[in-house]
Amino acid sequence: MCQACVKAKIESTLQSIFSQYPPTDDYLIMILNDVQEHFGYIPVYAQELIARHLHVSMAHVYGVITFYSRFSLKPKGKYIISVCMGTACFVKGSKTLMDGLCQKLNIKPGQTTPDGLFSIDEVRCVGACGLAPVFMVNDEVYGKADATMVSTTIDAIRAKEKESAHAE
Amino acid sequence: MPNNLRSKLADIRAKMAPVINLRNKGGTGNEIHILVCHGTGCTSSKSPALITKFRELVEEYHLENVRVIQTGCFGLCSKGPVVIIRPDDTFYSHVSVDDCREIIENHIIGKQPVSRLLVKDVTGLMVRRLNDLSFYKKQLRIALKNCGVIDPENIDEYIGADGYKALEKCLFELTPTQIIDQIRASGLRGRGGAGFPTGRKWAFTAAAKGDIKYVVCNADEGDPGAFMDRSILEGDPHCVLEAMTIAGYAIGATKGFIYIRAEYPIAVARLKVALKQAREYGLLGEAIFGTDFSFDIEIRLGAGAFVCGEETALLESIEGKRGQPRVKPPFPAQSGLFGKPTLINNVETYANITKIILYGYDWFNAIGTATSKGTKVFALGGNVNNIGLVEVPMGTTLREIVYDIGGGIPGGHQFKAAQTGGPSGGCIPAEHIDTPIDYESLMAIGSMMGSGGLIVMDDTKCMVDIARFYLEFTVAESCGKCTPCRIGTKRMLEILERICAGKANGDDIYKLEKLANVVKHASICGLGQSAPNPVLSTLKYFRDEYNEHVYHHHCATGTCKALTTIQIDPLLCKGCGLCKRNCPVNAIRGETRQAHHIDTSICIQCGACMAACPFHAISR
Repeated sequence: MCQACVKAKIESTLQSIFSQYPPTDDYLIMILNDVQEHFGYIPVYAQELIARHLHVSMAHVYGVITFYSRFSLKPKGKYIISVCMGTACFVKGSKTLMDGLCQKLNIKPGQTTPDGLFSIDEVRCVGACGLAPVFMVNDEVYGKADATMVSTTIDAIRAKEKESAHAE
Repeated sequence: MPNNLRSKLADIRAKMAPVINLRNKGGTGNEIHILVCHGTGCTSSKSPALITKFRELVEEYHLENVRVIQTGCFGLCSKGPVVIIRPDDTFYSHVSVDDCREIIENHIIGKQPVSRLLVKDVTGLMVRRLNDLSFYKKQLRIALKNCGVIDPENIDEYIGADGYKALEKCLFELTPTQIIDQIRASGLRGRGGAGFPTGRKWAFTAAAKGDIKYVVCNADEGDPGAFMDRSILEGDPHCVLEAMTIAGYAIGATKGFIYIRAEYPIAVARLKVALKQAREYGLLGEAIFGTDFSFDIEIRLGAGAFVCGEETALLESIEGKRGQPRVKPPFPAQSGLFGKPTLINNVETYANITKIILYGYDWFNAIGTATSKGTKVFALGGNVNNIGLVEVPMGTTLREIVYDIGGGIPGGHQFKAAQTGGPSGGCIPAEHIDTPIDYESLMAIGSMMGSGGLIVMDDTKCMVDIARFYLEFTVAESCGKCTPCRIGTKRMLEILERICAGKANGDDIYKLEKLANVVKHASICGLGQSAPNPVLSTLKYFRDEYNEHVYHHHCATGTCKALTTIQIDPLLCKGCGLCKRNCPVNAIRGETRQAHHIDTSICIQCGACMAACPFHAISR
């Protein structure tokens, strides 16, 4: 997509988000949540538009984005693997899960693989404590997991991706 | 329309009475309800597919007397997805889509329960009825009264279960002062953790001068491993809306905010449905019940910051700012949201309000201990058999929760400690397992009530590593406003990391303890002041473990990786290659029929090889 097209897309998306809230600065976090949800991150141009719309500085917008862990300044991978690091999962061995995952993908939590396929996230409790330890691949929850299960899940996704690349 | 609201609600109650009766006590007609848990826990184990499947089957067999209902959490999350059949009260666990047909054919049509899906109780016997499960026997459900009983997306079911009756009573029979007096007399204390008397908080806010006041619900449940508030909002959202409206009437506010984590999509969706229904019925909005009282509620989403559970940080976040706590005083009761007097209560606190108004403050006051009244909801998790949501009267001992309700520790392990209060609480060792759970008793042994996370740890857990885990959390979540918390917790974590890595010296334990006390006393908000609790409580009860790490470079549980290695005994290894195939990180080297060895630079010590080895050649 050309740069102007990207900008136009961000503008139209933000216009529809803005229309849902009164234009006061207390709705900043609500707007950012919607932008994050829509793009998977918060583009710089979106920050600019939000700042102008709410009559606050871009520094303020940036400050709020970097304060909250849900907001990201960079796009994430196609598959976001979130390992639950809540206490219930931790005492059931989620650290080993995480170590295995990092080893397997050769990246750290918060990073994305160079091929843009996987990102690793640490999350604090996804609420499935009865299935601890758990990890998620995007919205799908994998319960009672171990390092082996993470490894085979990654292999399966890679195989699936390879297949669909071939098909194309 | 609103003027006729009272008669409309009375009609709904009369119409819904048989339904609610069927769910609570068991009906007499031939109607059968299949209740499927639709909370986050069971949804993660695919319960929505069960609802679809059951509905298809009911249609296929033309079962006109059978209804399939989605409900909130039943509590026994580790047995999910859970299905309950009313009126015969049968409890099915781990139900899969493939089991649905058998349940319909054998149980609903054939009247024979599917015994393989029943729960095996701690006694080893199969238990059929929910009320016979030891998990439920010592529980008393007040805040969770409607969870797992009603369909949370159907306001009529809530109204049928005495919903909005408390609001009606407040508006027509009680003055604001009388309401506050009743809450005060009930002895209810804040369920968010600190335990401040709720009635006093209401009275302060009511007395504060100001034309605009706000009611806020704190649903920013950030304690990892705690899901009480989420379960209430998912299972019974209207009870929170009703209580907030009552609070609005009592303190003189016309606007309320629910601040909830964006990480709780199901709870947010349920709240939105509930708000829409309440507005349609005229239970929120202008001139409620035709009186001159107006009230409405707005949802505000959090964005992942633990500190926003602190009330002033939460207010900052609602205002769209970085969630950094304010210096108190002034307290929110005087100057809160947008500088106006604000009442902030936690979800579970609100969930108790309607019951106090309906059943009387003296009824509530009779439950619990001398200083802690009513019940407390706990999210029981960790190394315990029955993981789930439990509600017990204050004063119940930890032993009763862990063994009678929780079904004890799995895998033949021993109880080592229980952690309450999350990153702000402490570890309670086995010697204090008979402590009654109330605000004062927990405080006296170095922990705190907290919001209700209760994590059980068995003897395979390293307490130094647990302290390090909590500190890692606090460091990541410290907002950075005040120095003791921002820098102090970071330095404490570094010391703990040194201890876990076997690089600490004797001076480090002393430094850690001293620093912990500085952070505790000098931080400005509750997060910083309580951040050292996991360290101080483990130092108090498990000092030997710290010493062992520091002086002997040894971690008895094998948790601290730098202090342990996994080795293959070359004399026992037959070179079968099973360990190699099971290693998730390819850390094992060796030819077939030759002794294998582990590359410790890659090994993550997960133990998969140990479990796979048929010759017991691998050990820590």
